[in-house]
Amino acid sequence: MTVAARPKTSPPVSIAVTGSGGTGVMTAGNMLLEAAALAGCYGFMGRTSGPQIRGGEAAALIRLASGPVEGYADCFDLLISVDWLNLERLTAEIQLGANAIVIGDPSQGEPPASIMVPGIRRLALPMKDMAKKIPGGRPNMVALGYVACLIGLPEAAVADAVQRTLGAESDRLAASLAAIKAGRIAASAVDYPHKLVPDLAHRDERWLMTGNEAAGYGALKGGVRFVAAYPITPATEMLEWMSPALTEIGGVLVQAEDELASINMAIGASYGGTPALTATSGPGLSLMMESLGLAVAAEVPIVVVDVMRAGPSTGIPTKMEQSDLNIALYGQHGDAPHVVVAPNSVADCLATTQWAVHLAEAMQVPVVVLSDQLMGQTRMVIDPPPDRGFVGERQLAAANGEAYRRYALTPSGISPMAIPGMAGLMYTADGLEHSERGTPSSQAKDHLAQLDKRERKLHAVDFGPHWADIEGEGEIAVLTWGSCTGAVREAIARARDQGIAVKLVSLRLLLPAQPDRLAAALAGVKRVLVVEQTHSGQFHRYLRAEHTLAAELKSMRRPGPLPMRPGDIRDELVRWSRP
Amino acid sequence: MNAPSPTLLAAKDFKSDTKPVWCPGCGDYGVLTLLTRALADLALRPENVAVVSGIGCSSRMPAYMNCYGFHGVHGRALAVATGLKVARPDLTVIATGGDGDGYSIGGNHFIHACRRNVDLTYIVMDNHVYGMTKGQSSPTTEPDWDNALMPGGTGVRPFQPLVIALASGANFVARAFSGDITGTAEIVAQAIKAPGFAFVEIMSPCVTFRPEQREWKELARPSPVPPTDDPARAARRLMTDDGFNIGVLYTGNRKPYQPATGQERKPLNALAQGFAL
Repeated sequence: MTVAARPKTSPPVSIAVTGSGGTGVMTAGNMLLEAAALAGCYGFMGRTSGPQIRGGEAAALIRLASGPVEGYADCFDLLISVDWLNLERLTAEIQLGANAIVIGDPSQGEPPASIMVPGIRRLALPMKDMAKKIPGGRPNMVALGYVACLIGLPEAAVADAVQRTLGAESDRLAASLAAIKAGRIAASAVDYPHKLVPDLAHRDERWLMTGNEAAGYGALKGGVRFVAAYPITPATEMLEWMSPALTEIGGVLVQAEDELASINMAIGASYGGTPALTATSGPGLSLMMESLGLAVAAEVPIVVVDVMRAGPSTGIPTKMEQSDLNIALYGQHGDAPHVVVAPNSVADCLATTQWAVHLAEAMQVPVVVLSDQLMGQTRMVIDPPPDRGFVGERQLAAANGEAYRRYALTPSGISPMAIPGMAGLMYTADGLEHSERGTPSSQAKDHLAQLDKRERKLHAVDFGPHWADIEGEGEIAVLTWGSCTGAVREAIARARDQGIAVKLVSLRLLLPAQPDRLAAALAGVKRVLVVEQTHSGQFHRYLRAEHTLAAELKSMRRPGPLPMRPGDIRDELVRWSRP
Repeated sequence: MNAPSPTLLAAKDFKSDTKPVWCPGCGDYGVLTLLTRALADLALRPENVAVVSGIGCSSRMPAYMNCYGFHGVHGRALAVATGLKVARPDLTVIATGGDGDGYSIGGNHFIHACRRNVDLTYIVMDNHVYGMTKGQSSPTTEPDWDNALMPGGTGVRPFQPLVIALASGANFVARAFSGDITGTAEIVAQAIKAPGFAFVEIMSPCVTFRPEQREWKELARPSPVPPTDDPARAARRLMTDDGFNIGVLYTGNRKPYQPATGQERKPLNALAQGFAL
């Protein structure tokens, strides 16, 4: 048998696995991603779905490649659908390329016209009938076998992935493998040139994780040992990952009755000396606002991870947006200095949340981590990020015979903290304005002194190079944050291929703003494209409010739930670079 | 409850030098006295005690005490106390507050704290009024009590904290009176010693906005019956008495909620194995 020589790399391939909720498309998608990972490829799978638990539209959105990929492509190359129920609702999210292939089950009727592109290649795969012939067989597994074969994934990798998911002893394993084989046989007759080229060199070192898991792991690495949890989409999986993990390492997770309780439980635990966290999404963050202010005033370190979804109100719980920026920055009543950080990739959720714990503990402030549904629920093959060594270390008080002043006016603003159990240092932590000792005070001098002290803390810590990711050079720059960064990176790389040099600045530290550092980073830059996923341009406004920028600014924004596409950003850069 | 102190302290050792904001004649002075006495009687060390509160006149309690204190936002004392106790089971944690703080804005936490049964003591100083905002109806106010915010009264049925505590799973339920320093100090000491969530409702008169509550001194009397461990019997007593029977009503034997902490079964970095291919 002769094997045709394969190229060393191949372009990424984008695959949508769709079907109504309950048909197992997420399971099939995850197995496909895991099989690709085991075969030596990089890639990721994002999730999109309607609000229904069962029966609504759902899609696993997958991109696979020889090398690392961070964000969605402009369009999809393959669409395989177990059924077409309500799929028209995902039309905007699953744009098909001109050379795309649509694979459907003839028994499920025609695909929605809205999703189809004229002249597109279609293939029939009777998944339901094929699955029926296998006792316990399911159409989603037929689909998995079919797609895996089309893109050239080895049979062994698929079997391995399925076994890892179901468990070697599962009574579903044999039926699943048989269904996958049926799909594979059906696909072997199809000529599909787009085969993935794996890179096995460092395969065993890679990780497969979601942003929510990465944030949870980062928090634990930073020292968090208490978590208070109230379920909310799309943050729940972070809490579900942390719950058994905390038990393993001697920490604890408590399910709270609401978000008001969860943040206050975290504050209580941290007051007792245990680094503490809660995770939520927009509606929960709104409920937590008053107590975030309490953590500022009482100077209790906590970390709140907000996995953003589209708002306002209940909004779109299952889909991404960056529109919690305003309340994270400015949502508290009173002048309430605190810290807001934002990871800008799935892998960065780890390091940034770890950093957040470090900052909260060092500065004795609440830190809000702005992740989003796109990073949080996307499972990605990554090279393990280097451990930057951030650990939460709180400056502790020591009894010296003098009356303890919990809120002493130190030059840095950070005052040594007593922990219950320490003799001779009893004090009352207070959300009421207070004197240096913590005694309630409504006097102007105490208010001003404590406001100044709390403000000083923001400038007491060296944020080092972590405040932003800065890449490349050019007279044009893109200024962005969060999950937009992946699409921006790809857009800049494509613009570079067209001879346009573009600098990237992705802010990780949003509060306290770093106007001097940003000005230095943009020295020589004439035009700045500001890319964000809000409707009102919250990031653009924040940049103009908190910074003095010499360059010409242009806002490129889009609300959720459609993620930014690299092609759109590239087009904007190309248009703008013309004299 | 934590280990007793080797050297005995007096009630005054648990008082701070901060002067209370309370009105002369306020029932809460009595609670400050009896709470500090209970802590001294139990031979606790001030550094091992934390008193947590929300907002309201009675929620000022931590500032007037010499132990660790936490004065948080309105209604959330039990949540803070829960986080503190779960993370630090070695501490004696007491939550204090009023009827508005505990039964209205914090009502949800009250129910769930009873259900959860963490080893806390919750002392509510109930005066049937919002005093700090100058006299509005609270959840325990009579429906026809006239006030500026709700002229003629709210017309709303009063909240029944003891019945709700019982129904929700509190492990220790008592009613007390702030004027009975010795008796209530004993009840509070029992509550602190009791495992699980112990709820003590202390009738504490507001002489400024509810001057008629001065009469409570004449009305409060020791309950004619001993505590029961039968919730149905306790509920029946509560729903048939006139609200002035003082004493421990119910002591249960539910296991307190206390997940293990500090027991590392595997090193932190081992968690990464779950992500490895």
